[in-house]
Amino acid sequence: MEGAVVLLDFWPSMFGMRTRIALAEKEIKYEYSEQDLWNKGELLLQMNPVHKKIPVLIHNGKPVCESLNQVQYIDEVWNDRAPLLPANTYKRANARFWADFVDKKLYDLGSKIWKTKGEEQEAAKKEFIDCLKLLEGELGDSLYFGGKDFGYVDVALVPFYCWFYAYEQCGNFSIEAECPKLIAWVKRCMQKESVAKSLVDREKVYEFVLQLKKLYGIE
Amino acid sequence: MGDSSNVKVLGTWASPFVMRVRIALHLKSVGYEYVEENLLEAKSELLLKSNPVHKKVPVLIHADKPVCESLIIVHYINEVWTSAPSILPSDPYERAASRFWAAYVDDKFFPALRRVLVSSEEDKKAAMAEMLEGAVLLEEAFKKLSGGKAFFGGNDLGYVDLAVGSLLAWIKVIEKFTETEVLSEAKTPSLAAWADCFSSHAAVKDVFPDVDKLADFGMKLRAKFSKAAAATTTSN
Repeated sequence: MEGAVVLLDFWPSMFGMRTRIALAEKEIKYEYSEQDLWNKGELLLQMNPVHKKIPVLIHNGKPVCESLNQVQYIDEVWNDRAPLLPANTYKRANARFWADFVDKKLYDLGSKIWKTKGEEQEAAKKEFIDCLKLLEGELGDSLYFGGKDFGYVDVALVPFYCWFYAYEQCGNFSIEAECPKLIAWVKRCMQKESVAKSLVDREKVYEFVLQLKKLYGIE
Repeated sequence: MGDSSNVKVLGTWASPFVMRVRIALHLKSVGYEYVEENLLEAKSELLLKSNPVHKKVPVLIHADKPVCESLIIVHYINEVWTSAPSILPSDPYERAASRFWAAYVDDKFFPALRRVLVSSEEDKKAAMAEMLEGAVLLEEAFKKLSGGKAFFGGNDLGYVDLAVGSLLAWIKVIEKFTETEVLSEAKTPSLAAWADCFSSHAAVKDVFPDVDKLADFGMKLRAKFSKAAAATTTSN
Protein backbone atom coordinates (compact mmCIF):
# COMPACT_ATOMS: atom_id res chain seq x y z
CA MET A 1 0.00 0.00 0.00
CA GLU A 2 2.86 2.34 0.80
CA GLY A 3 4.79 4.16 -1.85
CA ALA A 4 4.69 7.40 -3.76
CA VAL A 5 1.58 8.27 -5.74
CA VAL A 6 1.72 10.77 -8.58
CA LEU A 7 -1.15 11.87 -10.80
CA LEU A 8 -0.40 13.32 -14.24
CA ASP A 9 -3.52 15.28 -15.07
CA PHE A 10 -5.06 18.31 -16.80
CA TRP A 11 -7.34 20.49 -14.67
CA PRO A 12 -10.58 20.42 -16.77
CA SER A 13 -10.44 16.70 -17.53
CA MET A 14 -13.53 14.89 -16.27
CA PHE A 15 -11.49 11.71 -16.46
CA GLY A 16 -8.73 13.08 -14.24
CA MET A 17 -11.38 14.24 -11.79
CA ARG A 18 -12.57 10.65 -11.35
CA THR A 19 -9.13 9.63 -10.16
CA ARG A 20 -8.84 12.71 -7.94
CA ILE A 21 -12.14 11.82 -6.27
CA ALA A 22 -11.11 8.19 -5.73
CA LEU A 23 -7.78 9.25 -4.20
CA ALA A 24 -9.59 11.74 -1.95
CA GLU A 25 -12.19 9.15 -0.90
CA LYS A 26 -9.38 6.88 0.22
CA GLU A 27 -7.47 9.81 1.79
CA ILE A 28 -4.36 8.98 -0.19
CA LYS A 29 -1.62 11.60 -0.29
CA TYR A 30 -0.35 12.19 -3.78
CA GLU A 31 1.56 14.61 -5.95
CA TYR A 32 -0.63 16.32 -8.55
CA SER A 33 1.26 17.17 -11.72
CA GLU A 34 -0.46 19.50 -14.20
CA GLN A 35 0.36 18.54 -17.80
CA ASP A 36 0.58 20.72 -20.88
CA LEU A 37 -1.30 18.73 -23.50
CA TRP A 38 -0.04 20.93 -26.33
CA ASN A 39 3.54 20.27 -25.35
CA LYS A 40 3.56 16.83 -23.77
CA GLY A 41 6.33 16.16 -21.26
CA GLU A 42 8.79 13.28 -21.24
CA LEU A 43 7.23 11.66 -18.19
CA LEU A 44 3.75 11.54 -19.71
CA LEU A 45 5.05 10.10 -22.98
CA GLN A 46 7.12 7.55 -21.09
CA MET A 47 4.32 6.51 -18.73
CA ASN A 48 1.57 6.33 -21.36
CA PRO A 49 3.36 5.59 -24.64
CA VAL A 50 0.33 3.87 -26.18
CA HIS A 51 -2.25 6.67 -25.81
CA LYS A 52 -0.12 9.64 -24.64
CA LYS A 53 -3.12 10.82 -22.60
CA ILE A 54 -3.94 11.93 -19.11
CA PRO A 55 -4.79 10.96 -16.47
CA VAL A 56 -1.89 8.69 -15.60
CA LEU A 57 -1.63 7.36 -12.06
CA ILE A 58 1.93 6.47 -11.07
CA HIS A 59 2.25 4.24 -8.01
CA ASN A 60 5.73 3.20 -6.88
CA GLY A 61 7.02 4.36 -10.26
CA LYS A 62 4.61 2.15 -12.23
CA PRO A 63 1.89 3.67 -14.41
CA VAL A 64 -1.81 2.82 -14.46
CA CYS A 65 -3.64 4.34 -17.43
CA GLU A 66 -7.33 4.95 -18.20
CA SER A 67 -9.45 6.60 -15.50
CA LEU A 68 -11.87 3.76 -14.71
CA ASN A 69 -8.92 1.40 -14.57
CA GLN A 70 -7.30 3.75 -12.06
CA VAL A 71 -10.44 3.96 -9.91
CA GLN A 72 -10.65 0.14 -9.79
CA TYR A 73 -6.94 -0.11 -9.02
CA ILE A 74 -7.23 2.42 -6.18
CA ASP A 75 -10.25 0.53 -4.82
CA GLU A 76 -8.40 -2.79 -4.94
CA VAL A 77 -5.09 -1.61 -3.44
CA TRP A 78 -6.56 0.60 -0.69
CA ASN A 79 -9.27 -1.91 0.10
CA ASP A 80 -9.50 -1.18 3.81
CA ARG A 81 -11.60 1.98 3.54
CA ALA A 82 -14.36 3.74 1.59
CA PRO A 83 -15.17 0.92 -0.84
CA LEU A 84 -16.18 2.19 -4.27
CA LEU A 85 -17.25 -1.00 -6.01
CA PRO A 86 -20.10 -3.00 -4.44
CA ALA A 87 -19.27 -6.23 -2.60
CA ASN A 88 -22.10 -8.11 -4.32
CA THR A 89 -20.97 -9.66 -7.63
CA TYR A 90 -24.12 -8.86 -9.57
CA LYS A 91 -24.24 -5.28 -8.29
CA ARG A 92 -20.57 -4.95 -9.21
CA ALA A 93 -21.31 -6.03 -12.80
CA ASN A 94 -24.16 -3.52 -12.88
CA ALA A 95 -21.89 -0.73 -11.60
CA ARG A 96 -19.29 -1.56 -14.27
CA PHE A 97 -22.03 -1.55 -16.91
CA TRP A 98 -23.22 1.96 -16.06
CA ALA A 99 -19.71 3.39 -15.72
CA ASP A 100 -18.98 1.90 -19.14
CA PHE A 101 -22.21 3.47 -20.45
CA VAL A 102 -21.02 6.89 -19.25
CA ASP A 103 -17.71 6.27 -21.03
CA LYS A 104 -19.31 5.17 -24.28
CA LYS A 105 -21.73 8.05 -24.57
CA LEU A 106 -21.25 11.26 -22.63
CA TYR A 107 -17.85 12.53 -23.74
CA ASP A 108 -18.49 12.18 -27.48
CA LEU A 109 -22.02 13.57 -27.29
CA GLY A 110 -20.88 16.46 -25.08
CA SER A 111 -18.08 17.24 -27.52
CA LYS A 112 -20.55 17.32 -30.41
CA ILE A 113 -22.71 19.78 -28.47
CA TRP A 114 -19.95 22.38 -28.20
CA LYS A 115 -18.27 21.64 -31.53
CA THR A 116 -21.24 21.61 -33.89
CA LYS A 117 -24.30 23.63 -34.86
CA GLY A 118 -27.66 23.10 -36.52
CA GLU A 119 -29.05 19.61 -37.05
CA GLU A 120 -25.94 17.83 -35.83
CA GLN A 121 -25.97 19.78 -32.57
CA GLU A 122 -29.71 19.23 -32.07
CA ALA A 123 -29.29 15.49 -32.55
CA ALA A 124 -26.39 15.43 -30.06
CA LYS A 125 -28.38 17.43 -27.49
CA LYS A 126 -31.33 15.08 -27.76
CA GLU A 127 -29.21 11.96 -27.44
CA PHE A 128 -27.27 13.49 -24.55
CA ILE A 129 -30.48 14.21 -22.62
CA ASP A 130 -31.79 10.71 -23.43
CA CYS A 131 -28.62 9.24 -21.91
CA LEU A 132 -28.95 11.38 -18.78
CA LYS A 133 -32.57 10.29 -18.45
CA LEU A 134 -31.52 6.63 -18.66
CA LEU A 135 -29.05 7.35 -15.89
CA GLU A 136 -31.79 9.02 -13.83
CA GLY A 137 -33.83 5.86 -14.29
CA GLU A 138 -30.96 3.78 -13.01
CA LEU A 139 -30.52 6.10 -9.99
CA GLY A 140 -34.22 5.77 -9.13
CA ASP A 141 -34.96 6.90 -5.59
CA SER A 142 -31.52 6.11 -4.20
CA LEU A 143 -29.25 8.73 -2.70
CA TYR A 144 -26.40 7.61 -4.94
CA PHE A 145 -25.86 5.21 -7.82
CA GLY A 146 -24.04 3.13 -5.21
CA GLY A 147 -27.26 3.00 -3.14
CA LYS A 148 -26.93 4.45 0.33
CA ASP A 149 -23.24 5.01 -0.29
CA PHE A 150 -21.29 6.99 -2.84
CA GLY A 151 -19.67 4.55 -5.27
CA TYR A 152 -18.09 3.70 -8.59
CA VAL A 153 -20.80 5.01 -10.92
CA ASP A 154 -21.10 8.22 -8.89
CA VAL A 155 -17.33 8.72 -9.33
CA ALA A 156 -17.56 7.96 -13.05
CA LEU A 157 -20.39 10.41 -13.72
CA VAL A 158 -20.21 13.38 -11.36
CA PRO A 159 -17.15 15.06 -13.00
CA PHE A 160 -19.19 15.59 -16.17
CA TYR A 161 -21.24 18.11 -14.18
CA CYS A 162 -18.36 20.58 -14.53
CA TRP A 163 -18.95 20.59 -18.28
CA PHE A 164 -22.76 20.88 -18.19
CA TYR A 165 -22.68 24.70 -18.02
CA ALA A 166 -20.44 24.86 -21.12
CA TYR A 167 -22.72 22.42 -22.99
CA GLU A 168 -25.79 24.46 -21.97
CA GLN A 169 -24.26 27.74 -23.11
CA CYS A 170 -23.08 26.32 -26.43
CA GLY A 171 -26.25 24.35 -27.04
CA ASN A 172 -28.72 26.86 -25.64
CA PHE A 173 -30.63 24.45 -23.42
CA SER A 174 -31.05 23.64 -19.74
CA ILE A 175 -29.94 20.29 -18.44
CA GLU A 176 -31.53 20.91 -15.02
CA ALA A 177 -34.92 21.55 -16.63
CA GLU A 178 -34.72 18.18 -18.40
CA CYS A 179 -33.07 16.17 -15.62
CA PRO A 180 -33.84 17.68 -12.23
CA LYS A 181 -33.31 14.42 -10.35
CA LEU A 182 -29.81 14.12 -11.73
CA ILE A 183 -28.92 17.67 -10.71
CA ALA A 184 -30.30 16.95 -7.22
CA TRP A 185 -27.96 13.95 -7.12
CA VAL A 186 -25.04 16.17 -8.21
CA LYS A 187 -25.77 18.54 -5.34
CA ARG A 188 -25.77 15.64 -2.88
CA CYS A 189 -22.40 14.50 -4.23
CA MET A 190 -21.00 18.02 -3.94
CA GLN A 191 -21.66 17.86 -0.17
CA LYS A 192 -18.85 15.32 -0.01
CA GLU A 193 -15.42 16.83 0.51
CA SER A 194 -13.78 14.43 -1.94
CA VAL A 195 -16.07 15.63 -4.72
CA ALA A 196 -16.11 19.33 -3.80
CA LYS A 197 -12.34 19.56 -3.83
CA SER A 198 -11.87 17.50 -7.01
CA LEU A 199 -14.36 19.18 -9.29
CA VAL A 200 -13.45 22.46 -10.99
CA ASP A 201 -15.34 25.69 -11.48
CA ARG A 202 -17.86 25.34 -14.35
CA GLU A 203 -17.38 28.94 -15.54
CA LYS A 204 -13.65 28.26 -15.91
CA VAL A 205 -14.50 25.17 -17.98
CA TYR A 206 -16.76 27.29 -20.20
CA GLU A 207 -13.95 29.83 -20.69
CA PHE A 208 -11.67 26.94 -21.60
CA VAL A 209 -14.21 25.64 -24.15
CA LEU A 210 -14.41 29.12 -25.70
CA GLN A 211 -10.61 29.14 -26.01
CA LEU A 212 -10.74 25.71 -27.67
CA LYS A 213 -13.37 26.92 -30.11
CA LYS A 214 -11.12 29.82 -31.08
CA LEU A 215 -8.15 27.49 -31.39
CA TYR A 216 -10.00 25.08 -33.68
CA GLY A 217 -11.77 27.80 -35.62
CA ILE A 218 -15.23 26.73 -34.47
CA GLU A 219 -17.96 29.38 -34.47
CA MET B 1 -19.58 -29.25 -13.63
CA GLY B 2 -21.86 -26.23 -13.28
CA ASP B 3 -25.63 -26.40 -13.40
CA SER B 4 -26.57 -25.28 -16.92
CA SER B 5 -30.21 -24.79 -16.11
CA ASN B 6 -29.69 -21.30 -14.79
CA VAL B 7 -27.02 -19.96 -17.19
CA LYS B 8 -27.93 -18.76 -20.65
CA VAL B 9 -25.84 -16.98 -23.27
CA LEU B 10 -27.48 -14.96 -26.04
CA GLY B 11 -25.06 -14.71 -28.92
CA THR B 12 -24.13 -15.15 -32.54
CA TRP B 13 -21.52 -17.52 -33.94
CA ALA B 14 -19.66 -14.74 -35.75
CA SER B 15 -19.25 -12.37 -32.80
CA PRO B 16 -15.83 -12.22 -31.16
CA PHE B 17 -17.44 -10.66 -28.09
CA VAL B 18 -19.76 -13.64 -27.64
CA MET B 19 -16.78 -15.94 -28.05
CA ARG B 20 -15.06 -14.34 -25.05
CA VAL B 21 -18.01 -15.16 -22.82
CA ARG B 22 -18.24 -18.77 -24.00
CA ILE B 23 -14.51 -19.37 -23.56
CA ALA B 24 -14.71 -17.96 -20.01
CA LEU B 25 -17.58 -20.31 -19.15
CA HIS B 26 -15.67 -23.26 -20.67
CA LEU B 27 -12.57 -22.37 -18.63
CA LYS B 28 -14.69 -22.50 -15.48
CA SER B 29 -16.46 -25.69 -16.59
CA VAL B 30 -19.83 -23.98 -16.30
CA GLY B 31 -22.60 -25.54 -18.35
CA TYR B 32 -24.95 -23.16 -20.14
CA GLU B 33 -27.72 -22.95 -22.68
CA TYR B 34 -26.59 -21.14 -25.82
CA VAL B 35 -29.20 -19.19 -27.79
CA GLU B 36 -28.21 -18.15 -31.32
CA GLU B 37 -29.62 -14.77 -32.32
CA ASN B 38 -30.01 -14.01 -36.01
CA LEU B 39 -28.67 -10.48 -36.19
CA LEU B 40 -29.34 -10.09 -39.90
CA GLU B 41 -33.02 -10.36 -39.00
CA ALA B 42 -35.07 -8.93 -36.15
CA LYS B 43 -33.73 -9.06 -32.59
CA SER B 44 -35.52 -11.46 -30.25
CA GLU B 45 -37.84 -10.36 -27.44
CA LEU B 46 -35.48 -11.89 -24.91
CA LEU B 47 -32.51 -9.93 -26.23
CA LEU B 48 -34.40 -6.64 -26.25
CA LYS B 49 -35.69 -7.29 -22.73
CA SER B 50 -32.28 -8.39 -21.39
CA ASN B 51 -30.23 -5.60 -22.94
CA PRO B 52 -32.62 -2.69 -23.44
CA VAL B 53 -29.82 -0.11 -23.35
CA HIS B 54 -27.57 -1.46 -26.13
CA LYS B 55 -29.72 -4.25 -27.66
CA LYS B 56 -26.58 -6.22 -28.44
CA VAL B 57 -25.05 -9.64 -27.88
CA PRO B 58 -23.49 -11.13 -25.86
CA VAL B 59 -25.83 -11.22 -22.89
CA LEU B 60 -25.25 -13.63 -20.03
CA ILE B 61 -28.42 -14.48 -18.15
CA HIS B 62 -27.64 -16.01 -14.74
CA ALA B 63 -30.61 -17.03 -12.59
CA ASP B 64 -32.78 -14.77 -14.79
CA LYS B 65 -30.55 -11.73 -14.25
CA PRO B 66 -28.83 -10.28 -17.33
CA VAL B 67 -25.21 -9.16 -17.51
CA CYS B 68 -24.11 -7.19 -20.58
CA GLU B 69 -20.85 -6.14 -22.28
CA SER B 70 -18.37 -8.95 -22.93
CA LEU B 71 -15.51 -7.80 -20.69
CA ILE B 72 -17.90 -7.04 -17.84
CA ILE B 73 -19.40 -10.51 -18.28
CA VAL B 74 -15.93 -12.09 -18.16
CA HIS B 75 -15.23 -10.26 -14.87
CA TYR B 76 -18.58 -11.50 -13.55
CA ILE B 77 -17.92 -15.11 -14.56
CA ASN B 78 -14.49 -14.98 -12.92
CA GLU B 79 -15.99 -13.61 -9.68
CA VAL B 80 -18.98 -15.98 -9.45
CA TRP B 81 -17.21 -19.22 -10.39
CA THR B 82 -14.02 -19.00 -8.42
CA SER B 83 -12.41 -22.31 -9.44
CA ALA B 84 -9.08 -22.20 -11.25
CA PRO B 85 -7.96 -20.81 -13.54
CA SER B 86 -8.47 -17.23 -12.42
CA ILE B 87 -9.03 -15.33 -15.63
CA LEU B 88 -7.72 -12.08 -14.15
CA PRO B 89 -4.41 -11.88 -12.26
CA SER B 90 -4.63 -11.59 -8.47
CA ASP B 91 -2.08 -8.76 -8.25
CA PRO B 92 -3.82 -5.36 -8.61
CA TYR B 93 -1.08 -3.90 -10.81
CA GLU B 94 -1.10 -6.88 -13.16
CA ARG B 95 -4.88 -6.75 -13.17
CA ALA B 96 -4.74 -3.08 -14.18
CA ALA B 97 -2.30 -3.96 -16.99
CA SER B 98 -4.66 -6.72 -18.23
CA ARG B 99 -7.61 -4.34 -18.19
CA PHE B 100 -5.56 -1.76 -20.06
CA TRP B 101 -4.74 -4.11 -22.92
CA ALA B 102 -8.26 -5.50 -23.18
CA ALA B 103 -9.57 -1.91 -23.36
CA TYR B 104 -6.93 -1.16 -26.02
CA VAL B 105 -8.29 -4.03 -28.13
CA ASP B 106 -11.87 -2.74 -27.81
CA ASP B 107 -11.11 0.97 -28.17
CA LYS B 108 -8.42 0.88 -30.89
CA PHE B 109 -7.63 -2.48 -32.45
CA PHE B 110 -11.16 -3.75 -33.06
CA PRO B 111 -12.46 -0.47 -34.56
CA ALA B 112 -9.49 -0.49 -36.99
CA LEU B 113 -10.28 -4.10 -37.92
CA ARG B 114 -13.90 -3.21 -38.49
CA ARG B 115 -12.94 -0.29 -40.74
CA VAL B 116 -10.72 -2.53 -42.86
CA LEU B 117 -13.74 -4.74 -43.38
CA VAL B 118 -16.46 -2.20 -44.16
CA SER B 119 -14.86 1.15 -45.09
CA SER B 120 -14.10 2.87 -48.37
CA GLU B 121 -10.80 2.04 -50.15
CA GLU B 122 -9.11 5.16 -48.79
CA ASP B 123 -10.02 4.63 -45.16
CA LYS B 124 -9.25 0.93 -45.49
CA LYS B 125 -5.56 1.71 -46.13
CA ALA B 126 -5.34 3.94 -43.06
CA ALA B 127 -7.20 1.37 -40.97
CA MET B 128 -4.90 -1.41 -42.15
CA ALA B 129 -1.85 0.64 -41.17
CA GLU B 130 -3.39 1.10 -37.71
CA MET B 131 -4.03 -2.64 -37.41
CA LEU B 132 -0.43 -3.45 -38.30
CA GLU B 133 0.86 -0.93 -35.75
CA GLY B 134 -1.54 -2.41 -33.23
CA ALA B 135 -0.22 -5.91 -33.89
CA VAL B 136 3.30 -4.73 -33.08
CA LEU B 137 2.08 -3.14 -29.83
CA LEU B 138 0.27 -6.34 -28.90
CA GLU B 139 3.43 -8.34 -29.64
CA GLU B 140 5.28 -6.16 -27.10
CA ALA B 141 2.42 -6.53 -24.62
CA PHE B 142 2.52 -10.30 -25.05
CA LYS B 143 6.22 -10.44 -24.24
CA LYS B 144 5.65 -8.38 -21.06
CA LEU B 145 2.53 -10.10 -19.81
CA SER B 146 3.31 -13.71 -20.68
CA GLY B 147 6.62 -13.78 -18.82
CA GLY B 148 7.94 -16.23 -21.39
CA LYS B 149 4.96 -18.58 -21.10
CA ALA B 150 2.47 -19.66 -23.76
CA PHE B 151 -0.35 -17.17 -23.11
CA PHE B 152 -0.87 -13.52 -22.19
CA GLY B 153 -2.23 -15.00 -18.96
CA GLY B 154 0.89 -17.10 -18.40
CA ASN B 155 0.39 -20.85 -18.16
CA ASP B 156 -3.25 -20.70 -19.12
CA LEU B 157 -5.68 -18.38 -20.90
CA GLY B 158 -6.31 -15.07 -19.21
CA TYR B 159 -8.28 -11.90 -19.72
CA VAL B 160 -6.08 -10.49 -22.48
CA ASP B 161 -5.98 -13.85 -24.30
CA LEU B 162 -9.77 -13.72 -24.47
CA ALA B 163 -9.80 -10.09 -25.55
CA VAL B 164 -7.30 -10.55 -28.39
CA GLY B 165 -7.83 -14.21 -29.24
CA SER B 166 -11.53 -13.74 -29.89
CA LEU B 167 -10.53 -11.54 -32.86
CA LEU B 168 -8.22 -14.13 -34.45
CA ALA B 169 -10.77 -15.59 -36.86
CA TRP B 170 -11.68 -12.09 -38.08
CA ILE B 171 -7.98 -11.26 -38.38
CA LYS B 172 -7.61 -14.31 -40.64
CA VAL B 173 -10.58 -13.09 -42.72
CA ILE B 174 -8.93 -9.67 -43.11
CA GLU B 175 -5.65 -11.35 -44.08
CA LYS B 176 -7.57 -13.33 -46.71
CA PHE B 177 -9.41 -10.27 -48.14
CA THR B 178 -6.41 -7.95 -48.17
CA GLU B 179 -3.72 -10.57 -48.92
CA THR B 180 -1.63 -8.99 -46.15
CA GLU B 181 -0.33 -10.71 -43.04
CA VAL B 182 -1.41 -9.03 -39.83
CA LEU B 183 0.31 -11.56 -37.57
CA SER B 184 3.50 -12.95 -39.04
CA GLU B 185 6.60 -14.92 -38.13
CA ALA B 186 8.64 -11.95 -39.30
CA LYS B 187 7.00 -9.05 -37.48
CA THR B 188 5.05 -10.66 -34.61
CA PRO B 189 6.64 -14.06 -33.98
CA SER B 190 5.34 -14.46 -30.41
CA LEU B 191 1.78 -13.65 -31.44
CA ALA B 192 2.00 -15.95 -34.45
CA ALA B 193 2.95 -18.84 -32.16
CA TRP B 194 0.39 -17.83 -29.55
CA ALA B 195 -2.39 -17.74 -32.17
CA ASP B 196 -1.97 -21.49 -32.77
CA CYS B 197 -1.94 -22.25 -29.04
CA PHE B 198 -5.03 -20.15 -28.54
CA SER B 199 -7.16 -21.57 -31.33
CA SER B 200 -6.37 -25.16 -30.42
CA HIS B 201 -7.03 -24.72 -26.67
CA ALA B 202 -9.76 -27.02 -25.35
CA ALA B 203 -11.87 -24.08 -24.15
CA VAL B 204 -11.64 -22.35 -27.53
CA LYS B 205 -11.73 -24.81 -30.39
CA ASP B 206 -15.46 -25.58 -30.32
CA VAL B 207 -16.39 -21.90 -30.58
CA PHE B 208 -13.66 -20.77 -32.98
CA PRO B 209 -15.56 -19.99 -36.19
CA ASP B 210 -14.72 -21.55 -39.53
CA VAL B 211 -12.70 -18.89 -41.37
CA ASP B 212 -14.29 -19.54 -44.82
CA LYS B 213 -17.78 -19.34 -43.34
CA LEU B 214 -16.78 -16.14 -41.53
CA ALA B 215 -15.33 -14.69 -44.75
CA ASP B 216 -18.69 -15.27 -46.51
CA PHE B 217 -20.43 -13.54 -43.63
CA GLY B 218 -17.85 -10.73 -43.85
CA MET B 219 -18.76 -10.21 -47.52
CA LYS B 220 -22.45 -9.96 -46.58
CA LEU B 221 -21.65 -7.39 -43.88
CA ARG B 222 -19.52 -5.38 -46.28
CA ALA B 223 -22.34 -5.38 -48.87
CA LYS B 224 -24.85 -4.32 -46.24
CA PHE B 225 -22.65 -1.42 -45.06
CA SER B 226 -21.75 -0.13 -48.49
CA LYS B 227 -25.42 -0.21 -49.47
CA ALA B 228 -26.27 1.80 -46.35
CA ALA B 229 -23.42 4.23 -47.02
CA ALA B 230 -24.51 4.68 -50.65
CA ALA B 231 -28.07 5.30 -49.53
CA THR B 232 -27.03 8.10 -47.15
CA THR B 233 -24.83 9.78 -49.75
CA THR B 234 -27.53 9.75 -52.39
CA SER B 235 -30.46 10.64 -50.16
CA ASN B 236 -29.92 14.39 -50.65
